[in-house]
Amino acid sequence: MAEPVLRVQGLVKRFGGLTATDDFALDVQPGELHALIGPNGAGKTTLIGQLTGEIRPDAGRIVFLGEDIIRLPVAARVKRGLARSFQIVQLLDDDTALANVALAVQARAGHSFRFWRSAARDPALLAPARALLAQVGLERAQTRVADLSHGERKVLELAVALAARPRLLLLDEPMAGLGAAESLRMTETLRALKGQFAILLVEHDMDAVFALADRITVLVYGRAIATGAADAIRADPAVQEAYLSEEAA
Amino acid sequence: MRNAVWLGILLAAAVALPWAAEAAGQPATIGLATRILCLGIAAASLNLILGHGGMVSFGHAAYYGLGAYTVGILWEHFRLGEPLWGLIPGTNQLLITLPVSVLVSGVVAAAIGALSLRTTGVQFIMITLAFAQMLFFLFVGLKAYGGDDGLLIRRRNIVPGLDLREQDQLYWLCLGLLVAWLTLQWRIVGSRFGRVLEGIRQNERRMAAIGIATYRYKLAAFTIAGMGCGLAGALTANYLRFVSPDLMAWQKSGEIMVMVILGGVGTLLGPVIGAAALVGLEYALGGVTEHWQFFLGPILLAVVLFAPGGIMGLFRRG
Repeated sequence: MAEPVLRVQGLVKRFGGLTATDDFALDVQPGELHALIGPNGAGKTTLIGQLTGEIRPDAGRIVFLGEDIIRLPVAARVKRGLARSFQIVQLLDDDTALANVALAVQARAGHSFRFWRSAARDPALLAPARALLAQVGLERAQTRVADLSHGERKVLELAVALAARPRLLLLDEPMAGLGAAESLRMTETLRALKGQFAILLVEHDMDAVFALADRITVLVYGRAIATGAADAIRADPAVQEAYLSEEAA
Repeated sequence: MRNAVWLGILLAAAVALPWAAEAAGQPATIGLATRILCLGIAAASLNLILGHGGMVSFGHAAYYGLGAYTVGILWEHFRLGEPLWGLIPGTNQLLITLPVSVLVSGVVAAAIGALSLRTTGVQFIMITLAFAQMLFFLFVGLKAYGGDDGLLIRRRNIVPGLDLREQDQLYWLCLGLLVAWLTLQWRIVGSRFGRVLEGIRQNERRMAAIGIATYRYKLAAFTIAGMGCGLAGALTANYLRFVSPDLMAWQKSGEIMVMVILGGVGTLLGPVIGAAALVGLEYALGGVTEHWQFFLGPILLAVVLFAPGGIMGLFRRG
């Protein structure tokens, strides 16, 4: 097997008496779409926080592209190619969709200690931003984020994450709150991205997960109880008991 | 385009003000207007971090006072003919005192900002206030420069080509520097740096998630704002020919913040209009009653409740 893009080993995070992440391990291979599933309260949000750098783990290693990034702050991890989307969209509501993506393009294009030239009309920022919006299929580029629909914001969230030119894209429930048609369209968008870089997909929508994932890791009470191909996971009795049965009920 | 026309008219009116005041037999208006210009620079600089960066600094008068004291202390050593610490000679040359004021304020703002910006929210407000009060008490205790009695500057600074003893020439100098500062700030707000600042105001978490280390941008903005306020202070010292710790007291910080809110947070001209409104109100109400601040309260309350965009917000709607 090739060197993994992301290797997590022995990750532990405790909040008081609660162990939210319990000796968690995970490998994400280059080009792989790896899904992370688990019932509510399994510790997915805490885990994402530790991968992105918003939460500091108590123990363990997070190796990204061969480098231990556990001490790096959020922005430094993004600079190395670990981009993310948020479950609850985090966008600049007063700005247009295009301006949101253009700012993300700007962030990738080196430092922003440029004080004089107008950024709003800079073709070096606008052209890539338009291309990204086209890629995810968001048409209302000049609409303020506050006036976009929830579905459009989720799509924009993805475009902003893509602007970072990720080596690993961490998607935190991209389908959350989407209607059936929107979910399908998002699934197709993700399928088109698949293979260009590694993706770690945290998602509740099982249809999407089984349609997209190369491998699936199941998280229960902060532990990875199973990792494997979709069919193997579906058949795993421990997984069925912990998760899929609950989902069916 | 329409904005440009209005700006042109406004600027022409501002340039013509001293002649109009003389013609109307109201030369005192020129002094009042000079005060507005100085405070306008101070308020505009606070607006850069407060309005565009979302950083509510409650100690902005510290840099105002530092800028003023730089002029005052340089004058004092010039007058006595003794270098400061035996090293730095005093001077009354504006072309030296202004840049030095800006530099001193900028360095102190960078130091205070480096510590304060590790906090956010109410903590940030309190820590900026605390640093400003520390400086205030430092200057109260500096007996060599008059302590809490302040320091007289017998003559305004000298600058080739102008005679600042003439109040209309000082006024035009302040107007020119205000315009220059606003131009600079306008460019900054529209630049890549300004976009980052605006993004930090709206959603700092998002900015980190696109790979921007927000702290250093906030610190740069905080420093630039401190420099602008230092410039305002240096001009004020020349206008008043007097500096005292009151210039950096927390009441002054509050006053500058009120100007920004009154005029319109995050707008280019709002802080200047806010400064004009506050100084104008003080003048108008102060002529009627000693307790003018008692009446200022309800006016501020009305603005915050009914015109959240400040005076500029009212214009925009109309």
